[in-house]
Amino acid sequence: MMEKMIFGRYVPADSVIHRMDPRSKLIIIFLFVCIVFIANNAWTYGALVIYTFLMLGLSKVPMRFVFGGLKLVFILILFTFFLHVFLTKEGPVIFELGWFKVYEEGLRQGIFISLRFFLLILMTSILTLTTTPIAITDGLESLLGPLKKVKFPVHELALMMSIALRFIPTLMEETDKIMKAQSARGVDFSSGPVKDRVKAVIPLLIPLFVSSFKRAEELATAMEARGYRGGEGRTRYRQLSWGAADTFMILLLAALTVLLIVLRT
Amino acid sequence: MDISLKNVEYRYQVDTPFERLAIKDVSIEIPEGTFLAIIGHTGSGKSTVLQHLNALLKPTGGEVVIGDRVITADKKQKNLKEVRQKVGIVFQFPEHQLFEETVEKDICFGPMNFGVSEQVAKKRAREAISLVGLGEEILSKSPFDLSGGQMRRVAIAGVLAMNPDVIVLDEPTAGLDPRGRKEIMDMFYSLHKHKNLSTILVTHSMEDASRYADKIVIMQKGQVYKTGTPIEIFSNPEELIEMGLDVPEVVKFQQRLEKAFQRKFSKTCLTIEEMTEEVSSFLKRGDSR
Ligand SMILES: Nc1ncnc2c1ncn2[C@@H]1O[C@H](COP(=O)(O)OP(=O)(O)OP(=O)(O)O)[C@@H](O)[C@H]1O
Ligand SMILES: [Mg+2]
Repeated sequence: MMEKMIFGRYVPADSVIHRMDPRSKLIIIFLFVCIVFIANNAWTYGALVIYTFLMLGLSKVPMRFVFGGLKLVFILILFTFFLHVFLTKEGPVIFELGWFKVYEEGLRQGIFISLRFFLLILMTSILTLTTTPIAITDGLESLLGPLKKVKFPVHELALMMSIALRFIPTLMEETDKIMKAQSARGVDFSSGPVKDRVKAVIPLLIPLFVSSFKRAEELATAMEARGYRGGEGRTRYRQLSWGAADTFMILLLAALTVLLIVLRT
Repeated sequence: MDISLKNVEYRYQVDTPFERLAIKDVSIEIPEGTFLAIIGHTGSGKSTVLQHLNALLKPTGGEVVIGDRVITADKKQKNLKEVRQKVGIVFQFPEHQLFEETVEKDICFGPMNFGVSEQVAKKRAREAISLVGLGEEILSKSPFDLSGGQMRRVAIAGVLAMNPDVIVLDEPTAGLDPRGRKEIMDMFYSLHKHKNLSTILVTHSMEDASRYADKIVIMQKGQVYKTGTPIEIFSNPEELIEMGLDVPEVVKFQQRLEKAFQRKFSKTCLTIEEMTEEVSSFLKRGDSR
C-alpha cells in the first residue's frame, strides 16, 4: 500500500524536464507558486491548467502513476472544496435542499481554490519526480549561495533537506516491513473498528522511531568517519550547467505570467 | 496443515514505473510435517515466496493453498487472522518488530492478538523464553536494553508463543555467533520433530539445509530451479558450484578425496558420521589390497 506513494520519489527517464538544470526548475516552481495567485477567472485558470499539463507531458512520467500516487491529496482537495461550498454565503443561491443552500460564490471559490491547490501539488510533484534529491539540494544551495554572506547556514540547510528527501523511500520500505511483521503477529491494519486500528499504530510507530534514531546516529558516524566537516571549502563532484532549454523554460513562464496579467479580471 | 503453491507469480508495485516481476511460475508442495529448506542467491525471490505462505502477499498470478483456504489474485480475502495464527513467520532481522515496554509484554502481544487470555499468554511467554535459551529474569527487562542476539531470540520467542502449526524462518540465524546459530537451529529442529510442525527455512547455510531439511528447493532468478532431497541436490556438487552456490564442507571434502584417489565413493555423504564410515571402509579396503 505504501508502494504507490510518490512523495520524494524520483522516476528516472530521459526527458527535457529531467535534463533541465535544477536551478531553473526551482526558480520556475517558486515563480509558479506566486503567479498562481494572479489567476482569478476561468481563462486564467485554464491557462495555468494547460501549462501544468504541458509540463507533466514533457516530463514523460506516466500520468497513471502520478495520479495514483496523489490519491490521498485528492481527498484533501475534495475536503477543501466542500468546506468552501458549504461555508461561503455570498452571491445568489444556485441550489437549495431544505435548510441547506449552495451559493454561487461558494461554488466558484470551491472550484478555484481546489484547482489552485491541485496545480501547486502537481507542479511540485513534477519537480521531485524528475529531479534527484541530490540535484534539488545542489540547486537550492547554489541559488541561496548569496545568503552565506549574511551567515545564513545555507549548506547545513541543504544537507538537512537532502538527507530528509533521501530517507523518505527508506522510511516507506521500513514501514512496509514492520507492518508485515506485525500483521504476521495478528495485528489488523486494514479492517476492524476505528479504536483497534488506532491502537494498531503503536506497534508500527515505536519500531519505526527506534530504527530512525539508530539510523540517524549511524549516518552521523559514517559521515564523520569519511571526514565530513561541514561546507567550508568543500568542492563538488557534480557541476550544474545552465542550458538553452533552461532559458527557454524561464521565458515560457514569463510569457505565461504576461498572459495571466492580461486575462485576469 | 498442508500448504501448496501452484504457478505462483508476484509483481511488486504493479501499475507504477517501478513494477518488478519478483517470482514467476513457482510451484512448491509442503505437506504437513515437512522440513523444507529454500536456498538461492540474494534477490532470487526467497523472501517473496515466504510472504505468500501466510497471505501477507497475495499472488498476482496462480494460487496459494494454505490448509483449506485458497488464495488467488482476484479473490478478496477476509479474516486472515486464522491463517496468520497457524503460520508463524520469523522475518529476516525480526528484532525490528519489538516495541513493548517489557520482553514479556512483547512476547504476549502475538498470542493475545489471536484471542488468548493474558494468563495463558504469560505462561507461553515463559515457555518460549526458555526454548530460545534465555533466562526468565529477562522477561521484565525492556527489549531495547538487550544485545542484538538477545533481541533476536526474544523476537523468535514472540512467534513461537503464538503456537503455530507451521513455522516459516527467513534466515533466522543471520548475524548470530556460531554457537548461537547451532543452538537456535537445533531448537527449531527439535520443535519440528516433537510437535510435528511444518518448517520452512530460508538459509544461505548449505550445512543447515543438508542437516535439517527433508526437501530442498533451489530458487534462481525468481523461479524454482530444482527441488529434491538433500542427497539428490548435493550429489551433483559441480552444478551448484557453477550456479555460484556453496555446498556443505563434507561434500567438498568428498569431492577432493575422490579426485585425489581417482575413485568414486558408493554414495554422497552429508554428515561427518557418514563420511567417517565411508572413509574408514575405504581405507580398510585399501589395506587388504
Ligand atoms: N518491496 C519491494 N519492491 C520492489 N521490488 C522488490 C521489493 N521487495 C523485493 N523486491 C525485488 O524482488 C526480488 C526478490 O526479492 P526477495 O527479497 O524475495 O529476494 P531474496 O531471495 O529474499 O534475497 P535475500 O537473500 O537477499 O534476502 C528482488 O529482485 C528485489 O529487488
Ligand atoms: Mg530475503
